[in-house]
Amino acid sequence: MNFWGYRRPDGKVGIRNKVLILPASVCAADTARIISNQVEETVTFHNQSGCSQVKSDLELTMRTMVGFAANPNIYGTVVVSLGCEGCQMDWVVEEIQKRTNKPIKTFIIQECGGTIKTVEMAVRAAKEMVQEMSMQRREEFPISELVLGTECGGSDPTSGIASNPLIGEVCDRLIDNGGTAILSEVPEFIGGEHILAHRAVTPEVGQQILDVVHRFEDDMRRVGEEIRNGNPTPGNKAGGITTLEEKSLGCIHKSGHRPIQAVYDYAVPVDKKGLVIVDTPGNDPSSLSGMVASGATVCIFSTGRGTPTGNPIAPVIKITANKITYGKMSDNIDIDCSGLLEAPENMPQMADDTLQEIINVANGKITKSESLGFTEIAMARVCNYV
Amino acid sequence: MKAIVIDPSDNIVVVLGPVAKGDEVTWKIGDQEFAAKAIDDIPIYHKMASKDIKKGDPIVKYGQHIGIAGCDIKKGNYVHVHNVESHRENLK
Repeated sequence: MNFWGYRRPDGKVGIRNKVLILPASVCAADTARIISNQVEETVTFHNQSGCSQVKSDLELTMRTMVGFAANPNIYGTVVVSLGCEGCQMDWVVEEIQKRTNKPIKTFIIQECGGTIKTVEMAVRAAKEMVQEMSMQRREEFPISELVLGTECGGSDPTSGIASNPLIGEVCDRLIDNGGTAILSEVPEFIGGEHILAHRAVTPEVGQQILDVVHRFEDDMRRVGEEIRNGNPTPGNKAGGITTLEEKSLGCIHKSGHRPIQAVYDYAVPVDKKGLVIVDTPGNDPSSLSGMVASGATVCIFSTGRGTPTGNPIAPVIKITANKITYGKMSDNIDIDCSGLLEAPENMPQMADDTLQEIINVANGKITKSESLGFTEIAMARVCNYV
Repeated sequence: MKAIVIDPSDNIVVVLGPVAKGDEVTWKIGDQEFAAKAIDDIPIYHKMASKDIKKGDPIVKYGQHIGIAGCDIKKGNYVHVHNVESHRENLK
């Protein structure tokens, strides 16, 4: 099975062709927005971080920003910084260049002489980069080049019974074709971590899975909090999920049945094929951002309650097995798999169809969240989302 | 009303439509059919006890523990946050 994508100079393959206007900190975020608004085929996002953070927290922000720039869906990056922030321009550039040799341009607001002068210069540079980018044609690649991020959000019992097992079957198919699938949302392993640990390719990877779960719980306790105060959410409960353990046991079905090859910290580049874990919180925008910064080029996202979430860098395909939710929110949700609840025997066909839809999106089909222009992101913090 | 049982060891079923107190709820494990009268109203996709569960005993879904019964739960009772307590187990 093949798809049509874009080969990058670093060897990776993307499915979108965009220039990233990267704000190095919150102080550059609105300037980046104004620049991106002037130049078609660019993307940006609102960065709420990048300054006034402790070291480990700042490093999480840096890894995420750099991961966005390195994501194969990005042709090149225009970095915009204020000048005095924690994520200093030379550090940002150095970190991006450790991960990729794609085009990069930089503008520092304090040196350019304020927002309007920065906008003028950066718009011109971004336009030139977009013109170069527009010359690149899609080429055919095997689906082993795809990196699929999996997410569940606004979950209800239909997620664990139908849509997450379906995503799991899709992951199995992609992996059997040599591709990569990412399981994330570590707090939603709690109560099911033993099942995942037993699926690890080695005892060491199994121990890493247990370790990231325990680390998450310990981090919460260190600030005097209990994860259950934030997860499951009120909507999860209204939908019929009673406990975090119940949510987790539904969540981990997204990973299918193949062995778990490795565990990566948030936004660390995934360098193995097959099924891997990226250590993200359960909060959807920050989990998606972590997987995308780790290299996911396309994401599939199950929901029970319904959610509009997208991502500026990678398309997010929304799927639900709740027929009432699909009826109410089909403007936001791409795939209705509610038939699986009454007819689970349709799973193999539905999994084939869903993999084909992922290939369609890889080939350029616009998802519903892309058509709405959604670009929300969140970055993991040291005192993390749950 | 039809319900789903995910694992044969589960002591709850998930109802596939809104259930009113007194309705018959049916489910299958393999080819074997089961039924129980609902003792409570149960919203669509929420849980009903398919066995009597004693206070302190685990609630089992997906063949795994999702919490413990906060009180005695009878077959046919609605099972949710009002009668289930979250419980962190040491899992390896």
